[in-house]
Amino acid sequence: MSSAVYDKVKELLIEKFGVAEDEISPEATFSDLDLDSLDLVEFALAAEEEMGVRISDEEAEQLDTLNDTVKLLEQKGATVEGEASHQ
Amino acid sequence: MLLDDKRLVITGVLNDASIAYSVARLAQQQGAEIVLTGVGRGMRITERIAQRLPTPVDVLELDVTDEGHLGQVASAIDERWGRLDGVVHAIGFAPESAIGGDFLQTPWDDVATAVHVSTYSLAALARTFAPLLAAAGGGSIVGLDFDATVAWPAYDWMGVAKAGLESCCRYVARDLGPQGTRVNLVAAGPLRTIAARSIAGFDTYQQVWEKRAPLGWDPRDPEPVARVVCALLSDWTPAITGEIVHADGGVHAMGADLR
Repeated sequence: MSSAVYDKVKELLIEKFGVAEDEISPEATFSDLDLDSLDLVEFALAAEEEMGVRISDEEAEQLDTLNDTVKLLEQKGATVEGEASHQ
Repeated sequence: MLLDDKRLVITGVLNDASIAYSVARLAQQQGAEIVLTGVGRGMRITERIAQRLPTPVDVLELDVTDEGHLGQVASAIDERWGRLDGVVHAIGFAPESAIGGDFLQTPWDDVATAVHVSTYSLAALARTFAPLLAAAGGGSIVGLDFDATVAWPAYDWMGVAKAGLESCCRYVARDLGPQGTRVNLVAAGPLRTIAARSIAGFDTYQQVWEKRAPLGWDPRDPEPVARVVCALLSDWTPAITGEIVHADGGVHAMGADLR
């Protein structure tokens, strides 16, 4: 899987949550990455700041794999700076 | 405005669903100057959310079980303002075994943690800030409560801790009354905050409120509770102390389901 949103999610996880790059894959779940419910709350806020879409607390609670997360963000119209140049 | 020139410390803001976030936002809109406190891993989240208030504010680190933190926060407020008009206590925690577990099997250490963080912390905050509140002419301490006069499904030792908080409020009101400090609690109906997620019985409470609240109840809207907190922080409740105000749509006053 490769999209600007996925790359952004990956960058957030590495830079803000200290996740090792080789652990990240589209099928990885937040719990695989040792991220708990408090991390998910922070992830939702960070994603909102970086990509301009709001993930509610209830949606954040349901997030499972990174693939699902990216899909949800894309459905909500997440935009990543410089995205146009990738396409 | 209601809180013009008031300087307030607000604990318990985690994200924008927090009851204390609504208090902070309304207090600013009503003219107050505020600082938030955050704790542990939640601190980074509180710092993010502090930037989203109408006026971004500072977040001080405060673990209420850490005497060192209490002293540092008091010094920081003294340096910043030299007085304090109000404190919002929106603090509660219970280990997993103490909430939604097996009530009779919960070990003492876990109960002790729940009571230390959720009950004793009101007295600890009161002791810490009493001189600064006195310097402001008395001020007001307001805590958040969930009706502890009855037993609830799964609430368990948090319910015991809240019953203790209700009593603690009366004793702190007794001891700080002579310096003019008012101490009160707001007993809220169930609200869908991050903290509420760890309460297994939450859906049951919500059903009770659907059936019993004469005014109705929206578990997604903390503002009705936040408004009462702001009222109690203001100068408009000068003779109220040791009180528990129910901002619960009227459920506490009903003896049976209405619908």
